Amino acid sequence: MKLIFESGASGRGCSVLPECDVPVFSLPESMRREKAPNLPQLSENDISRHYTALAGRTHGVNNGFYPLGSCTMKYNPKINEEMAALPGFSSIHPLQPEHTVQGAMEVLYQTEKALCEITGMDGMTFQPAAGAHGEFTGLLLIKAYHKHRGDSKRTKIIVPDSAHGTNPASAAMAGFTVVSIPSQEDGCVDLEKLRAAVGEDTAGLMLTNPNTVGLFDKNILEITKIVHDAGGLNYYDGANLNAVMGISRPGDMGFDVVHLNLHKTFSTPHGGGGPGSGPVGCKALLADFLPGPVVKEEQGQYRFHTPEHSIGRVKSFYGNFAVVVKALTYILTLGAEGIREASQNAVLNANYMMKKLCDLYTMAYDERCMHEFVMSLEPLKKETGISAMDIAKGLLDNGIHPPTMYFPLIVHEALMVEPTETESKETLDEAIEVFRSLYETAKTDPQALHDAPHHTPVRRLDEVGAARNPKLRYSFE
Amino acid sequence: MGSYVPSTPAQRREMLEAVGCSSMEELFGHLPQQVLLDRPLDLPRGLSELEVRRAMEKTAARNTVFSTVFRGAGAYRHYIPAIVKQVVSKEEFVTAYTPYQAEISQGVLQSIFEYQTMICELTGMEVSNASVYDGATAAAEAVAMCRDRKRTKALISAAAHPDLIQTVKTYCEGSNTPVEIIPAKDGKTDLDALSAMLDDSVCCVLIQQPNYFGQLENADQAGVIAHEAGAKYIMSCNPISLGMLKTPAESGADIAVGEGQPLGLSLSFGGPYLGFMACTNALVRKIPGRIVGETTDVDGKRAYVLTLQAREQHIRREKASSNICSNQALCALTASVYLAAMGTKGLQQAAEQSFAKAHYFAAEMAKIPGCELRFSGEFFHEFVASCPDVPKVMAALEAQGILGGLPLGGELSGCVLWCATEQNSKEEIDRAIAVIKEVCGA
Repeated sequence: MKLIFESGASGRGCSVLPECDVPVFSLPESMRREKAPNLPQLSENDISRHYTALAGRTHGVNNGFYPLGSCTMKYNPKINEEMAALPGFSSIHPLQPEHTVQGAMEVLYQTEKALCEITGMDGMTFQPAAGAHGEFTGLLLIKAYHKHRGDSKRTKIIVPDSAHGTNPASAAMAGFTVVSIPSQEDGCVDLEKLRAAVGEDTAGLMLTNPNTVGLFDKNILEITKIVHDAGGLNYYDGANLNAVMGISRPGDMGFDVVHLNLHKTFSTPHGGGGPGSGPVGCKALLADFLPGPVVKEEQGQYRFHTPEHSIGRVKSFYGNFAVVVKALTYILTLGAEGIREASQNAVLNANYMMKKLCDLYTMAYDERCMHEFVMSLEPLKKETGISAMDIAKGLLDNGIHPPTMYFPLIVHEALMVEPTETESKETLDEAIEVFRSLYETAKTDPQALHDAPHHTPVRRLDEVGAARNPKLRYSFE
Repeated sequence: MGSYVPSTPAQRREMLEAVGCSSMEELFGHLPQQVLLDRPLDLPRGLSELEVRRAMEKTAARNTVFSTVFRGAGAYRHYIPAIVKQVVSKEEFVTAYTPYQAEISQGVLQSIFEYQTMICELTGMEVSNASVYDGATAAAEAVAMCRDRKRTKALISAAAHPDLIQTVKTYCEGSNTPVEIIPAKDGKTDLDALSAMLDDSVCCVLIQQPNYFGQLENADQAGVIAHEAGAKYIMSCNPISLGMLKTPAESGADIAVGEGQPLGLSLSFGGPYLGFMACTNALVRKIPGRIVGETTDVDGKRAYVLTLQAREQHIRREKASSNICSNQALCALTASVYLAAMGTKGLQQAAEQSFAKAHYFAAEMAKIPGCELRFSGEFFHEFVASCPDVPKVMAALEAQGILGGLPLGGELSGCVLWCATEQNSKEEIDRAIAVIKEVCGA
């Protein structure tokens, strides 16, 4: 289809602003841009149709099943959107006087209290805009903690090799050296390797639990104790919190600092890549280091406060506030029991799908999973030549967004399936049938899968060519 | 209790049975007893949609929505055309994830490609990424792009937004990058001081245009000075101002960043906003975050895909150019639709009118005894003026439903940073002036 720059006509446009009602002021020519920007020249109708066509070439959660592992693509409730759009939230300036934004501060305060209860933490910042941003912030808290104690030799962060790529990248950005430790065969932390890795230079450990292969690490208390005994702190990557809400809390597992992904666990939408929100919660020992300002309550009045040893800001203002409004709406809707019910059903749906596929597909770990499970297509690939990629592309023709592919790195030909709790049994049964029939196709007609997808707006892309000869913008010439 | 779980109790029993469990508790039976929460969460009971709506509306009503706003300082109230909200509310855009599966994500991918093109047009730069969190983190990421083994020190103008300076400092604390602040003189970056601060340990010079005080920096000169010392030159720009002001490319910038909120995003108490980042071709392998490129599919059809991923965390892990994964895609889409609706002419109008209204406002204010413009240079749509009684003026304006400018502190205590945009009619400005006059006894 056409790019927005390829439609329209010179001189066409929308009528948006009135004539200027004050005298014109002149700016010296030397300060003016020489060349006007080439922006679209479209009617409102042109714009509407262009984006309607683009929306038609986009698969969202509203279009169909989206079992993208580690991304928690649950349904995004519409009431959340309406609440965030209330003028009382959407039309307030971030630098209004405190007495005029008590409602907004109440949102931050209430959400903090609820999320601290769910995670077992004592304090929280909403400044981080996404999960990786939260990781960076949490690691800076750990860094500041050690520095404040005069313990300057703690320069290393331990990260299991099964971790999401943002973990080591965040640790590096926070100025730490990354120590990668291999996982056990069952995907869990190897206690011996961890014991060997910790020492006087250990600043902390980064972990998700359930881990990135979808298993709850049974040794979690031992793991966090090993790190604590060595003088380090434990960082919880909240990517997989959807498995344990109301069932088990990171704070009770021995973690000192966590980040959450409101755009995963708390039902706020992903927006085609963002905005998310990555609040960071911490135990009391780290609360004095949080980015400021945080909201305090005194006699029914909210006020902003900057913690005494704050690491400083990580973003303008107070984070992605509108996303927090959506998450609070969700928390109020579900309540204590509904939040637990969400996690229970997320785990049930994953186990059900795994059970119904395990006779055909090879499960990377053949035991009770949490909210997601990982299949290895390696045996199928050896037998038929059909890879995880081919199965993924076959799913596209069936209206299903593929699972996460080739992650975690420790499983070969991995497909990571996370159904979430908001999918019905009928949807799961249909998807199970699709997975099973693709397995059959792999054996009977592998070429059909190598050539898939067949029915999407475009078919497989030349990604190598795109990177070799980067064309990163439209050229008007 | 509200719930979004569709399976019925009977279906749940059926599924539990299929996985060999008799109850939900048994499903979690493999977790160590010591880490199980042995009580219900201490949260209120769940609510129906109507109850939630009432509760949230009550909270929202505790905020004051000002009908007239003369406050900017990093968050600006511009007019948002109706088409913008309609387009960005489309569920496909709202509920999709990062476009990893290109075949079913061409809509999002093409919209990002178009966004990248518009940012390049706006800034004059050669390459744009798909967005970062906000203007402050964009500046911090830009500084990280410039650092190398030999050159580690960053110089940031004191006249940049305080949140931007603090955010850059926090990021640099992480990477152990020294940051020094270039002092301001008469509301602008002191270029003589800058020259004196430069040496071969400096990796970059960052200035904001227009700066925090609304003043227009001598951006060309700052660039020349930075480049003569071998440092990279970063400009943080207001995107609306680029409807009329010289572009960062024309001023010699290596990297242009900025807060994209003025491009159709609501104020929303500070977020979500949009960090835009653009650079020269020479720096393309260093720019962080997602980038969309054009390619073809197996049938030769034009198509779009995430590209140059070898820079990113999921490939490079601790050696990545940044840890960024999620960005602000829907906000980038918002900016694109805004720019499409405004077009070249509309954007220029928004810029010229904001400029004209701020100048009218400033001229009227300067007529009030005790309200003097603090700085002598050219400004865009914000200016600093002294005020004989700041709290009184603010209170009087608030009583009229007007959010006054931002009271400043420190050396500028007793001064106010005022802002006007195309949204402020002459009538609104005259009304605010009348209130201020009355308070000041003029």
